[in-house]
Amino acid sequence: MIEMLVHFLVITGLISSALLVYWFRDLLAATLASGIFSFLISLEFYILQAPDVAISQAAIGAGLTTAIFIVAIRATSRYEGGGS
Amino acid sequence: MRMSKLVRTGADLLYPFALIFGLYIVMHGHLTPGGGFQGGAVVATGAAIVIVAWAYEDVAGMIRKVTMKAQESAGLLLFIGSAALALGLGYAFFANVLANSGSLFGLSVPFGPNPGELNTAGLIPIMNFAVGIEVWGGLTIILLYLLSGLKKEEGT
Repeated sequence: MIEMLVHFLVITGLISSALLVYWFRDLLAATLASGIFSFLISLEFYILQAPDVAISQAAIGAGLTTAIFIVAIRATSRYEGGGS
Repeated sequence: MRMSKLVRTGADLLYPFALIFGLYIVMHGHLTPGGGFQGGAVVATGAAIVIVAWAYEDVAGMIRKVTMKAQESAGLLLFIGSAALALGLGYAFFANVLANSGSLFGLSVPFGPNPGELNTAGLIPIMNFAVGIEVWGGLTIILLYLLSGLKKEEGT
């Protein structure tokens, strides 16, 4: 019962953070939302008893991918559709 | 886009802890979840935090391209060298010659439920370490080259 509740909460968070990535015009906020998506999916891997995959997902998805996007945003403009 | 002083100080504070935690995952790879790749990715994430927070001119003295390239090559050479060590001693390629030998990482695994003995498993911790420093160097140098392509800080 409590496990179903945690699954429900994590999947709700996954769907809403994925929608926020689509919704934001501020690219830095969209990057942070995708980092939250990676963190929540690594939590889901941990609940499903795959701690190995969870460590990889937390390091690569939430850490390195976010860092690469932030460096790319520093090189270009912060808001979608030109301007800075 | 210039990072604030709060972000830069926080990155400097987090860096040693991420380093220690990643190296812990690497060295306990044969006992706990994780291993060379996961630990190396955690260490590279710690380096990525510092790289994102600072400009290239500031970070170039702390995390050097030459060191990262040397780490990547050394990890790959250590991996293939420890695999070829068994070949030189007359066993099959990748044979675990150090396991149960009594020398480095050579103790037998204790029987029954136990917390795990670090000094076991032979070549596996050495190969975990090799993969760990290889992934550390490889993933960090991607970010370093990405950051060195930026122009000087432009304000905003």
